[in-house]
Amino acid sequence: MSVDDPGKGVGRRDLLSLAAWGAFCASLATALVGAFRLPNPSVFPEPSLKVKVGPPGSIPELEYRKVAGRNLFVSRGEEGVFAISAVCTHLGCVVAPVPSGFHCPCHGSRFDALGRITGGPAPRGLDWLKVAKAPDGELVVDEGETVPPGTYLKI
Amino acid sequence: MGSWSEYIANVRALPRTVWESLVRHGAPVTDRSRAEAVFQNLFLHIHNTRVHRWSLRGSYTMGLGLICAASFVVLTVTGVLLMFYYKPSMALAYQSIKDIHYVVPTGRFIRNIHRWGAHLMVIAVILHMARVFFTASYKKPREMNWVFGIVLLILTLALSFSGYLLPWDQLAYWAVTIGANIAQSPREITDAAGITRYIDIGGFQKTLLLGSRSVGEDALIRFYVLHVVFLPLVMGVFMGLHFWRIRKDGGLSRPADADRRLGPAAEDVTPVFTQAPRKSYGLMAVVRGTSSNVGRGPENTLPSWPHLMTAEAAVFMFTLAVTVAISFFLDAPLKEMANPLVPENPAKAPWYFLGLQEIVSFSAFAGGVLLPVVTLIGLVLIPYLDREPEGVGDWFGAASRGRKVALRSAVFGLAAVIAVEAFAIRFGWLRSWYPGIPQIVITFFNPGTVLTFLYMAYSLWVIRRENSTRLGAIAIFTCFLAGFIVLTLVGTWFRGPNWEFFWSPSRWPVH
Repeated sequence: MSVDDPGKGVGRRDLLSLAAWGAFCASLATALVGAFRLPNPSVFPEPSLKVKVGPPGSIPELEYRKVAGRNLFVSRGEEGVFAISAVCTHLGCVVAPVPSGFHCPCHGSRFDALGRITGGPAPRGLDWLKVAKAPDGELVVDEGETVPPGTYLKI
Repeated sequence: MGSWSEYIANVRALPRTVWESLVRHGAPVTDRSRAEAVFQNLFLHIHNTRVHRWSLRGSYTMGLGLICAASFVVLTVTGVLLMFYYKPSMALAYQSIKDIHYVVPTGRFIRNIHRWGAHLMVIAVILHMARVFFTASYKKPREMNWVFGIVLLILTLALSFSGYLLPWDQLAYWAVTIGANIAQSPREITDAAGITRYIDIGGFQKTLLLGSRSVGEDALIRFYVLHVVFLPLVMGVFMGLHFWRIRKDGGLSRPADADRRLGPAAEDVTPVFTQAPRKSYGLMAVVRGTSSNVGRGPENTLPSWPHLMTAEAAVFMFTLAVTVAISFFLDAPLKEMANPLVPENPAKAPWYFLGLQEIVSFSAFAGGVLLPVVTLIGLVLIPYLDREPEGVGDWFGAASRGRKVALRSAVFGLAAVIAVEAFAIRFGWLRSWYPGIPQIVITFFNPGTVLTFLYMAYSLWVIRRENSTRLGAIAIFTCFLAGFIVLTLVGTWFRGPNWEFFWSPSRWPVH
């Protein structure tokens, strides 16, 4: 420390020295945080999450059709068509349809026919997915967009 | 003509002059030259030039630390070899592993050594931690070295996890899925608080891990980079710190009366000092404080060259021999190619994570984040919460109370974990009786948290009753080991499809 009157507060040299160290640390911290920007992707390289599931007439009533190659089920109720994700909300396993609803093989989570949680370690019910109508008349399900349970597409 | 004959003489002297320029001092024959062989050597000078006889006792350390280091070397060498053929892309990874196993010359052998070496390293690391704990070798001045050791434990598990994701078989794919969803599990907390829209720690972690929102090409290459470059470098740094700290702490721990208990050295052992040593001094600096060797004589120390070097070589050979023997007879497993539409049933992690998986089956956040963090913080805090200076350097401390407390804690730990598990298996847990119960209740009140609470309460009771923090530390560490072992056993043998309880795998339903 510089020779200074002890009662007079921080001397100029000490302040400049501190400021220099502070600037160094601040720029280092900024660089490190900035470096973390790279691994955080902005563009997601996965294939399109939207999938065509066929014309409205092909959606079964009162039962589920598993869409080929995707982890989701579509069905039609009184209020319209809806889609439920087959990905268990516990740790991501694929649920299997059972008479009472759905059942996850990994830790035994149970859901009812509308995806509500009825047993097991899953923290919430199965996600409902957005169903829309494509210009050519077919129905399109967007796996990347969840909607509140009970959202139907009227047809 | 003079320089021509010189030239010919130089050519004829080639082998000797090349050798002498490489090994400039010859084989050491005095204690000074033995010391020089260590501290003047680029690769060896992290060692102390003298090692205490107590440190070399197999019954004390069982060479476990060296087994960990030797395993790391074996894994690095075999790992680099595997990198010649492994291809980190979803389309090519599985086939490249199969090529290594069936086509590449010695590929099966090298791959087996890598896989079984990894498992042995995890076992060795856990046993080494137990040895250091039970000999109270974390006490002052070794507290920070214990912390570095815990960091190395985390790195070992991370390296092992990132490694078995690379073959991209069913085990790998679903392990990545589960791991990424555990990273997302803080959503259990933010969802309960309703703030996920604003602060989504879970989503951020999952995207960072996968490089995407779903498991795919980016996830594979990220784990590859972590496994072959980043984590080994970090591990190398911490290994260096860990070994350096041993030197700075004055060598491995030993009891205060070690010199008396060791007795005189054997006749044929290299003598402590030869007659009339040639000494030369240079004054470097005058410093305050003492070095770790003040107040300790050279008695009962042996020159590191040859004694420590031979001990290290012996342990290294033993580790390699065991790994190679296992790899010769047992093949590393490989399941079918990854299929995102078909989850494994049951989907089981490797054995060292099965204890956690047992808890995760109740709550992803509790078993995947909360309890592991609490356990690690507990381990890190041990040398700061128990600062009693007695008992260093002996198994269970010199007093027999340590052994007694350890046995009783083992019994309590076993009883508690078996009781909690039996209850949950027989009667289910909260959601089985109250289907509408909020998830946050289960997150904080599940078999894992109940067990942790019981262990903590027991160790606090031991501290008060025995009036010793060391005995309390022994209590909780032994309970932790007991719980870990039982939960791992349950996850290994007694859980079948749908994670239901079966008394034996022969009773699993056929599918």
